[in-house]
Amino acid sequence: MTPSRTAFSAILAKDLRSELRTLQSLPAMALFSVTTFVIFRFGLDRTSLSGSLAAGVLWATLLFAAVLGINRLFVAEREEGGFDAIRLAPIDRSVLFAAKVAALLIYLAALELVAVPIFAVFFLDGGGGLGPLVAVLLLTDLGLAATGTLISSMAVNSRARDLLVPLVLLPLVVPLMIAATGATEPLLALGGPSYHRFGTWLMVLGLYDLIFSLVGYAVFDFLLED
Amino acid sequence: MSEVIELRGLWREFGERVALDRVDVFLAAEESLVVLGPNGAGKTTLLRILATLLRPSGGEARVLGCSLPNEAWKLRGKIGYLGHEPLLYRDLSGRENLRFQARLHGVEREAAEVRIEELLRALGMERRADERVAELSAGMRQRLSICRCVLHQPALLLLDEPDSNLDVEGRELARELIGPGPGRTRVVVTHDPERHLPEADQTLRLGIGERAVVS
Repeated sequence: MTPSRTAFSAILAKDLRSELRTLQSLPAMALFSVTTFVIFRFGLDRTSLSGSLAAGVLWATLLFAAVLGINRLFVAEREEGGFDAIRLAPIDRSVLFAAKVAALLIYLAALELVAVPIFAVFFLDGGGGLGPLVAVLLLTDLGLAATGTLISSMAVNSRARDLLVPLVLLPLVVPLMIAATGATEPLLALGGPSYHRFGTWLMVLGLYDLIFSLVGYAVFDFLLED
Repeated sequence: MSEVIELRGLWREFGERVALDRVDVFLAAEESLVVLGPNGAGKTTLLRILATLLRPSGGEARVLGCSLPNEAWKLRGKIGYLGHEPLLYRDLSGRENLRFQARLHGVEREAAEVRIEELLRALGMERRADERVAELSAGMRQRLSICRCVLHQPALLLLDEPDSNLDVEGRELARELIGPGPGRTRVVVTHDPERHLPEADQTLRLGIGERAVVS
């Protein structure tokens, strides 16, 4: 058997190299988020947001932008025979799941590097809550990456994958989004960040991440079977 | 001589359609089995079962001493599979694809570089190896796919129409790597019996709705 670390880094490096060369996912995700912020800005007719509304706008935008990347996560494996190539190799197939989660995490982090500062410029009066927001972003991204990778691997074999991913993914990430907005809301409160129940929401996010990472790791091998 | 492939009554169905009907094959090491049959007779299905990419519906299958599908995991990495699809990423170059495959198969970096250069040279691809696969012709992709197939020095070659898209020169170069020879046990699916039958130790004829015949 090839060491899992070697296979993991090979698959992750391949995915990142392909994305850097083709820019198929990241620019679309970033452009979508910027456009959505513009729509919210004019749609709500507000120059500043706070509390639950700010958290809702931020997470709804990031979630739908993430769906664009999740839709394309396994397209190369499906269309270019990557699944077969990986199934023929002497590797633990769960490594593919881990590498795809890592790739999606990197995409989401890159998206947020663009989207969150733009969100702050468009809607926030001060940047006081942005520091602790990083922890919320990281934990939410991990949950989104684990669930998104799982759903994407199931949907990729269907011609209706663009429809299936949001239809199956969105209900599954409702608890994640409740926790993410719950943790974000006090950070973006009017008058500066507060930490009311912040730790509790972070624990909920961590629990969600743990459950879906373990479920993905456990079932991914079966999803690759014929 | 030990059997590399032992199939007894192997069959596979997709829904209600029987794609492969009770195949018996015993292939020894260094032998070549040529599989013939019309479209839809189950040739590719057979190859995919042997490659562990598809589970049989019934019957017994042992490949390189491993029982399928239960011991399929032991078999991976010992098979060189050349299918209809080149199994190459279009946005990577040929060389990058081969490096990726080498890492998946656990070939050490330095050994992989030597092996990749050797294979690219053997198939006349060394000058085109840094171009993206998407920019290569179908024949060039097939040459790269052959490099991928033998990169990890597999014990068993499963070749589905290995000559497809290759020109005369390509066929001759490919023969050096995947043709019959010492240490090579091969299953070759072909629609070109004139070319491949002379090198066959056994022939398997598959028919639609008929039992397979070995000769």
